[in-house]
Amino acid sequence: MSDHLPDWIGTEGNPPNFGDPTAVLEPEPYEVVSRSDDEMVLSMGPQHPSTHGVLQVVLSIDGETVKRAEPEIGYLHTGIEKSAENLFWNQSLTVIDRMDYLAPLTNNFAFCRGVEKLLGITDQVPRRAQQIRVMMAEMTRITSHCIWLGTHAIDLGAISPFFFTVDLRENILDLIEAASGARMNMTYFRVGGVNGDLPEGFLERLDEVIAKFPRRMRDLRDLLQKNPIWTDREIGVGVISAEDAVAWGLTGPALRASGVAYDLRKIEPYSTYEEYEFDVPTRTEGDCYARFLVRLDEMEESMRIIEQVRKRLEPGPIMINEPAVALPPKPSIGLSMESLIYHFKLVSEGFRVPAGDVYGAVEGPRGEIGYYIVSNGENRPWRVRTRPPSFYNLQALRKIAAGNLIADVVVMIGSLDPVFGEVDR
Amino acid sequence: MEMSANNLFLAKIDEAARWAQSSSVWPLTMGLACCAIEMMVIPAPQYDISRIGSEVFRSSPRQADLMIVSGRVSNKMAPIVRRLYDQMAEPKWVISMGACASSGGVFDNYAILQGIDQVVPVDVYVPGCPPTPDGLVYAINLIQQQIRTGGRGGIFARA
Repeated sequence: MSDHLPDWIGTEGNPPNFGDPTAVLEPEPYEVVSRSDDEMVLSMGPQHPSTHGVLQVVLSIDGETVKRAEPEIGYLHTGIEKSAENLFWNQSLTVIDRMDYLAPLTNNFAFCRGVEKLLGITDQVPRRAQQIRVMMAEMTRITSHCIWLGTHAIDLGAISPFFFTVDLRENILDLIEAASGARMNMTYFRVGGVNGDLPEGFLERLDEVIAKFPRRMRDLRDLLQKNPIWTDREIGVGVISAEDAVAWGLTGPALRASGVAYDLRKIEPYSTYEEYEFDVPTRTEGDCYARFLVRLDEMEESMRIIEQVRKRLEPGPIMINEPAVALPPKPSIGLSMESLIYHFKLVSEGFRVPAGDVYGAVEGPRGEIGYYIVSNGENRPWRVRTRPPSFYNLQALRKIAAGNLIADVVVMIGSLDPVFGEVDR
Repeated sequence: MEMSANNLFLAKIDEAARWAQSSSVWPLTMGLACCAIEMMVIPAPQYDISRIGSEVFRSSPRQADLMIVSGRVSNKMAPIVRRLYDQMAEPKWVISMGACASSGGVFDNYAILQGIDQVVPVDVYVPGCPPTPDGLVYAINLIQQQIRTGGRGGIFARA
């Protein structure tokens, strides 16, 4: 074990500042099925159309009023963090993709940034690669919000927005597929750059999508924003105060809807984000409607960033020029012995990352997605700990659901936009 | 004469019933992981499974004919998948969507069930991580074929 690791790693027991683990982990006991005169316990999920995956919410209800809501998670526990420890650094990206499967590229982005920091090559990542990364991350933000809006509207009984959002999402996914080869779980980013350059005709197709976008957004706003059913269901429901939002560790639209303008892209700009002009949409109401508006505004801001990247996209390399980390260009393998050796070594045993620990984070569609990565100098991560925004955002459900109607719980889950691949990992 | 007339009669009803059944395969709304997103978009206009009579996603297993196991099944979720399958009325079909549901996929670890066929019988396996919506629509086509011909079990939806 190396000296660079935190002191507590490799020692018996738990990190000293975490306290007694049993005290933290011991849950408050609750019954899943019980019934008395003034309280009924109802289990909502894990198979329920409105829980956006496999969430189970154990509701204690008095009539229609929820007295207590207890989110029960873990139905999608996949052991991704553990799997990543057994894979090479670049291979880990494939499993990390599958955490937040609505926006896989932001997962890749955060992980790559972490590993690049550890390797000390953050500044050497080519400019074009950085710009492509930003463009792709913003595209996935729009597709992710598309799915959120479509499903959230279906939960509330409106199916038409879903058709509009799927159309928009398909347009953008076609672009992402052209560049990366996959519609979802793309693993397009690599440590040190991106996997391939943008294909021919990509920018022209992007222009079409950019031109079509404002009309699509107007349609969506027309359908929902002033719709009386929508406003009745959303306004004043699930209010989270700014203090609570900060105390519970909320990030992303859920935090910005409560009036805290915290956005990593502004506060700690990375990968050329500092060059683009964009606003961070915030609201102060903190209710479901505010979160809805913030996300809609965010989609427009993302498109603004994409337009600016498109204008400033510079030709150049897309992968770092560092043979120890990046695969050599394919044509050189047949010509140069050195390239062949590097290629063989990288494929068969990966690259090694200096010992140390690092936290790499980016602003994902749901909030700050970060990876705490510990390396002991091997070709595999020693530990990968995720900071999944959905997990923290979902905590708020327990607080905001109490005292409201059962039907509003559906609205609250939808407006917090959890993704269970990420919550359960 | 009566016998053959009967035979003829029975055969035709059977065929008609199979045709009707195959044209209204209602899937269960059960999203598990990444594949669920690709499953969700098949009722949308781009893929439009109402063309083949399957757009009615039912949230209650009692009303569903087809279970699409869309994504990785953890050991915690496996008993629930089995219970949902048991709650569905006969006749019922199962599509194992994606690599994880079919074989555990990239997650060969302690948490994930290595293939949903360990808990429920699977009719069609769809490869991919995740499969495209087209792949899933093709799998539903194969289910329809199966219903019409009366065959069962273990088809790979190779596009």
